[in-house]
Amino acid sequence: MMKKLLWLWGAASVAALVWGTRLALFVAPTEATMGNVQRIFYWHVPSAIMGLIFPYVNFIAALVYLGLRRKKPAGALKADALALAAAEVTLVFVSIGLITGMLWGRASWGIWWTWDERLTTYLLLWLLYVSYMLVRRFSSTGQTHTLAAVISVFAAIDVPVVYMSIRWWRTQHPSPVFFGGKDSGIDPSMMPAFLWCLLGWAMWGVFLLCLRYGLERRRQTIAYNTALRAVEVGLEGNA
Amino acid sequence: MSYLRIVLHHLAKDLKLEWRSRDAITGMLFFSLLVVVLFSFAFDPTAAVSRQIAGGILWVAILFASVTALNQTWTRELRNHVLDAQRMAPSPASALLMGKVLANFIFVTFIQIVLAPLFIVFYNLHALGQAWLLLLILPLGTWALVMNGTFFAALGLRTRNRELLLPLVLFPISIPALLAMVEATTGILTGDVDPVLWMKLLAGYCIIFTTVCVLLFETILAAE
Repeated sequence: MMKKLLWLWGAASVAALVWGTRLALFVAPTEATMGNVQRIFYWHVPSAIMGLIFPYVNFIAALVYLGLRRKKPAGALKADALALAAAEVTLVFVSIGLITGMLWGRASWGIWWTWDERLTTYLLLWLLYVSYMLVRRFSSTGQTHTLAAVISVFAAIDVPVVYMSIRWWRTQHPSPVFFGGKDSGIDPSMMPAFLWCLLGWAMWGVFLLCLRYGLERRRQTIAYNTALRAVEVGLEGNA
Repeated sequence: MSYLRIVLHHLAKDLKLEWRSRDAITGMLFFSLLVVVLFSFAFDPTAAVSRQIAGGILWVAILFASVTALNQTWTRELRNHVLDAQRMAPSPASALLMGKVLANFIFVTFIQIVLAPLFIVFYNLHALGQAWLLLLILPLGTWALVMNGTFFAALGLRTRNRELLLPLVLFPISIPALLAMVEATTGILTGDVDPVLWMKLLAGYCIIFTTVCVLLFETILAAE
């Protein structure tokens, strides 16, 4: 039942993405200064937003893991699976945000990359999650969860510090389009395309998160059963 | 025993170990010297250019050198299961960390004292800003690197490829500190930028990450 619901959700997210992309490419008006290049906005901004939301899922799951680790190990493992899934989805969205951003930057600023506040922070977010994944990969089985949770806490603290420090340094990225003061915001006619794309990417992210979570939970169960069997065999051997 | 005395005991032990072997200091010293020489070959700087780049080179040299020493700092606790004994000891775990951090801080500061005159000679340096502020920036920057570095070296202790893992985790987390150190140092050397803002950032970074490291160290030490 859950499985069917999940696949239904996945199909719905693809449908939302298709519809949003159609609106973005053919229905939304052409932007005044940048022309058709601006249409990448409808994919760039939603995935960038998602890349900033899923780290919170990862951070909260890591905190839950650290809190429950001793008291309720079984619940803590669920939190850890969620943290891993969120970290991987974060990496996907941040990568998409970086790549689409670079393409857009090349077309509208004339450069692929600049070390401004948001680009640098975003790149650092990517680097931190890559090192999170590397810690998970390199650490031996028993302690992976704890070490990864600690890295996740460090990453969560580091990102705001970087944002502040680069802000003092230099800035080129346009100021926030939404909630950025009186002159910010986009034309109402662009709104449907943007919102559909945002919805599509959000649903797609949740879909990936659930898939990866289920996969990790199965891996945990198998690892648990294997360990249990090894113990049983050992006990029988002694008897 | 009070917390401070336990920290000082750990510190004394680490200093004594280092005094007998002198591995970390010799390694770091020669390594950072090589980096300085190599960079000066690579850039062939004039006095004006070297003011712009010397801050960055100094800190990158120190960062690389301290990674070589930090990788060793916990390995010596693994021999004869010393670390397991430390974990069972009733003393607070963070005292062990603080002792090690202080020891590493002393080692890296020693390297800087030796390296500074060489640096001035090789790069024809003559600071245009307030040079005495360097006496604050160097310890703050060193503390930021050594604190996180010692913590992550402990984190990577029982992982595969631990020598590789330390820089992979330490460098991204240290980026804001590194930026602040380099900007403040360059500001002093060129006299263009006011370094005080960057020093505040560096001090804030040190406070935040020292707190986090002390709070989370027991989790790391007991991770099984």
